[in-house]
Amino acid sequence: MTLLLPLLVLLPFLALLLLLLVDRLGRQAVAVAAGATMVAGLGLLAALSPPVLAGDVLVLWQPWLPDWGLDLSFRLDGLGLLFTLLIYGIGALIILYAAYYMPAEDRLTRFLVTLLAFAGGMLGVVLAENLLLMLLFWEVTSLSSFLLIATKWQSHDSRIAARMALAVTGGGGLALLAGILLLGHIAGSFELSVILDRGDLIRQNRLYAPMLVLLLLGAFTKSAQVPFHFWLPNAMAAPTPVSAYLHSATMVKAGVFLLARLYPAVAGTELWFLLVTGTGAVTLLLGAYLALLKHDFKGLLAYSTISHLGLITLLFGLDTPMSAVAGVFHIINHAVFKASLFMVAGVIDKQCGTRDMRRINGLAKYMPVTAALGIVAAGAMAGVPFLNGFLSKEMFFAETVAHPGFTGYGTLVLPAIATLAGILSVAYSARFVHDVFFNGEPVDLPRTPGPPPRVMRLPMEVLVAIVVIVGVAPQLAVGWLLEAAAGAVLGGAPPDFKLAVWHGFNLPLVMSIIALGGGLFYYWSRDRVFTLHERLALDISSPVAFERAYNGATALARAAMAALDRRRLAHQLGLFLGLAVMAGAFAWWSAPATSAGTALAGPLPLSPVDPVSAFAFAVLAIGAVGATLLSAQRLLAILLLGVSGLVVSLAFIRLSAPDLALTQLAVEVATTLLLLLALRFLPQTGPARRGRTARFAGAALAVGAGLGAAAASFAMLTRPFQTVSGYHIANAKPLGGGTNVVNVILVDFRGFDTLGEIAVLAMAALGVHALLEGVRLRAFVPSARSEADRHPIMLRMLMQPLLPLALAMAVYLFLRGHNLPGGGFVAGLIAAVALVLQYMAGGFAFADARVRLDGVALLGAGLLVATLTGAASMAFGFPFLKSAFTYIDAAPLDAIGLASSMVFDAGIFLVVVGTLLMVLTQLGRIAAPDAPPAAEPGRQPDPREPGAHEAPPRAAPAEG
Amino acid sequence: MELLLALAIGILAGCGVWLLLASRTFAILLGLALLGHAVNLLILAGGRIGAKAPPLALPGAAGLADPLPQALVLTAIVIGFGMSAFLVALALKGMGEGGSDAVDLPDAPPGREEEP
Repeated sequence: MTLLLPLLVLLPFLALLLLLLVDRLGRQAVAVAAGATMVAGLGLLAALSPPVLAGDVLVLWQPWLPDWGLDLSFRLDGLGLLFTLLIYGIGALIILYAAYYMPAEDRLTRFLVTLLAFAGGMLGVVLAENLLLMLLFWEVTSLSSFLLIATKWQSHDSRIAARMALAVTGGGGLALLAGILLLGHIAGSFELSVILDRGDLIRQNRLYAPMLVLLLLGAFTKSAQVPFHFWLPNAMAAPTPVSAYLHSATMVKAGVFLLARLYPAVAGTELWFLLVTGTGAVTLLLGAYLALLKHDFKGLLAYSTISHLGLITLLFGLDTPMSAVAGVFHIINHAVFKASLFMVAGVIDKQCGTRDMRRINGLAKYMPVTAALGIVAAGAMAGVPFLNGFLSKEMFFAETVAHPGFTGYGTLVLPAIATLAGILSVAYSARFVHDVFFNGEPVDLPRTPGPPPRVMRLPMEVLVAIVVIVGVAPQLAVGWLLEAAAGAVLGGAPPDFKLAVWHGFNLPLVMSIIALGGGLFYYWSRDRVFTLHERLALDISSPVAFERAYNGATALARAAMAALDRRRLAHQLGLFLGLAVMAGAFAWWSAPATSAGTALAGPLPLSPVDPVSAFAFAVLAIGAVGATLLSAQRLLAILLLGVSGLVVSLAFIRLSAPDLALTQLAVEVATTLLLLLALRFLPQTGPARRGRTARFAGAALAVGAGLGAAAASFAMLTRPFQTVSGYHIANAKPLGGGTNVVNVILVDFRGFDTLGEIAVLAMAALGVHALLEGVRLRAFVPSARSEADRHPIMLRMLMQPLLPLALAMAVYLFLRGHNLPGGGFVAGLIAAVALVLQYMAGGFAFADARVRLDGVALLGAGLLVATLTGAASMAFGFPFLKSAFTYIDAAPLDAIGLASSMVFDAGIFLVVVGTLLMVLTQLGRIAAPDAPPAAEPGRQPDPREPGAHEAPPRAAPAEG
Repeated sequence: MELLLALAIGILAGCGVWLLLASRTFAILLGLALLGHAVNLLILAGGRIGAKAPPLALPGAAGLADPLPQALVLTAIVIGFGMSAFLVALALKGMGEGGSDAVDLPDAPPGREEEP
């Protein structure tokens, strides 16, 4: 049976597909499908509920991301059962109602799909056993409620209201995330079964206070507690079925659900009492006070919802077993009567075309049955005897009277608040009943009201019937449900309670009577209140205020971005590099003075400088500094860059890295070719010269970076270190089958990394190809005057015989790479450079006709070969890219093992050749064919002429 | 020797950074290449410089250089080329589309670092 538990949550999500399928069958089919989903959910719940009602907890646990503590685990206990019942039950009635309420021109499918997704999110929240999973569904409800509130997205108000709800509840969701992470950290698990048992541990932790505040932020934003209440009245811009669902049984109840859910784990402290009771009391009073003042009856209901949520919060804050029972009871009662009241409001809105209570009057004459339903539900809201709201209100009064947290005159505080709230709620309920259904004749209505369709009344009738049945025979009607739910909230057996209408003549009853009488009197003198309110109060919950704050925050963010991001590459890079330099400097200065960290030189002795190295260093310095200073003389700069590259490759030899030296040498040649090819198309002189400030800042940064890099290198070089390479050296031959450890690392130990790297290389080549496809540029540097000048015969004569030699060299380096310096990278570079030189020496037409190699095909073949080699080992049941040597160590198979990683190396070879060929030949192709070589004879670099003048045909003027 | 290597790295890095901050593509290409050299040497220096033999696991060999930084640097060199090639292509694309080799858009608000 427990296996069906996830289905309880997934059912609405599965139904989404069903709805899309039956979409073409028309409105009715969609509504039936959605309603059937809800009813099916109820049936499933009924099947699962017997053990839960007997006091068991159903838990289904399925690991998902155990490292993060996130598991797919669901839990059905009394509290979950209660909420599931409300979500499915009221959901079914809402769908029936919406099918008749929603205008024919609206897409009902779209609305119902969102509603089902929302219901699924709510079910996930109430049935999740893992708190992270619960948070996931919590966000689903925030997002889908955003869509629901924006159902009438064409209207500006709806959009603002939806955005406001999302900002508030989404922000609360972030706080909740932080709170849950803290809670999981404290409790050592995210599973509710664990957390609920560790209440004492959690309450004693020093992180308890911040965790509680964060959790409560999440709950209070969702449940619209002051000061986060303002989104709820604005959310009334949604169609009435949405309001009826979100603000009675679901969305706003998620917050109080959270309070109930975590009650055994986090309640029971002074802080909890102060925060929860205080917030609840303020919300209760403010909501009730403002409700009376709203002329829009949906606004009245919205503020009354806020007030009742405050009441429930207050009950959980009181922190006695009976108050928790009363809180749960009021959750049920409020959901039932508020849903029916919203439905009545929707009917009136639809029939009258307005929601202004100053114009809607005397509807009892026009729609007597609906009026009767509305009056009964409003009576429950006010706490009239024999209706369900009376019972939980009575329990609330009883708890305030007997609360142990106060002494002396303090004992009067809570009963006074309770009575005052009672008076206010009677007053606004009276206004709703009197203003809407009686009070003379309607004023200037857009439509003549009439009774609603018969079927539309059905959901209201069901709900109002529940209101009365619970009010008359509470123990029989909901005693069982309340007992199970309260037991789950309290984490044990609930206190012995018996729901009854008559408790004898006692203080709570006196308070009820005072509330009824006082409320009617207050309503009777309402005109004075209205005048006072309009003169004194400021409207902090107006959408305008929120929009102003919202736009202000956006503008602030824009200004901050504009200050940081000046849309200059140098500025961005400068910030980044400057931060890096400062981070290094900070680490340096903040190191403790006594440790070895402060001395630049470490304990290792310095090795002597030999003259060759010193000379090479001088050449390197000249090359680098020269290239920098002469970067405007570009040919010279390229040559100097080449010089420094060559010295670097010599340095690699000196540092016992022959593989690197070979690679560096080949890459240096390729880079020089690349730059030379590109040089022709870039203007000699440019528009931008750096200003003095920028030059100074740049110089400071460069010096700082240089000094920092030098200091860091020196500090590192003079300190001892430990390496993991011992393993690689020891196992290169036995496991990898080669003696060149660098190559074995590349193709075997870290073969997967190499596969990624050649993929990056291939992507770069494809990027170059894509960027330059179709680009045609005219060269700035004049071409040679004749074909002979362009392709000197000497070069041509030299290159053609060189090709086979170079290819032979490449093959040689490739073959020996596993054991001696060489390998796929070097071999590929050499082969490619030799091929590209053919292009340079003989011209493109000449070489294209002969080389006949497709770069893309080479890339693809190389990647395929490399991947297949890896996959082949999987076919033998070994991990990806596991070399043959790691599992066959018999001597006769030595050759096979060698072949396995060599095939991989061949893949590398192909990718490297493909990349270079593609990049360099693509550069050769972009010359505009119609450039007349003799058009600009002997053109000299001309500083007066900005580069934009010679823009290619396609280009737009740069400074246009 | 250690000081010499560290100085070389510092010079390469400093020159690279200076060129990177230029406002034209060609200088940035040069700067990136120099900075690449500096970083490659720095990674290699992570294996220290006291080795007596290249990392070839031949019988009887002792004092081998640390192969791991070398493997890292080897791919870094090749990918560095790919990066340079991509930047060259970007620069040329910029020439083709905007007709200029400036790295910043001409319509950017006038910054302090530029003078006509």
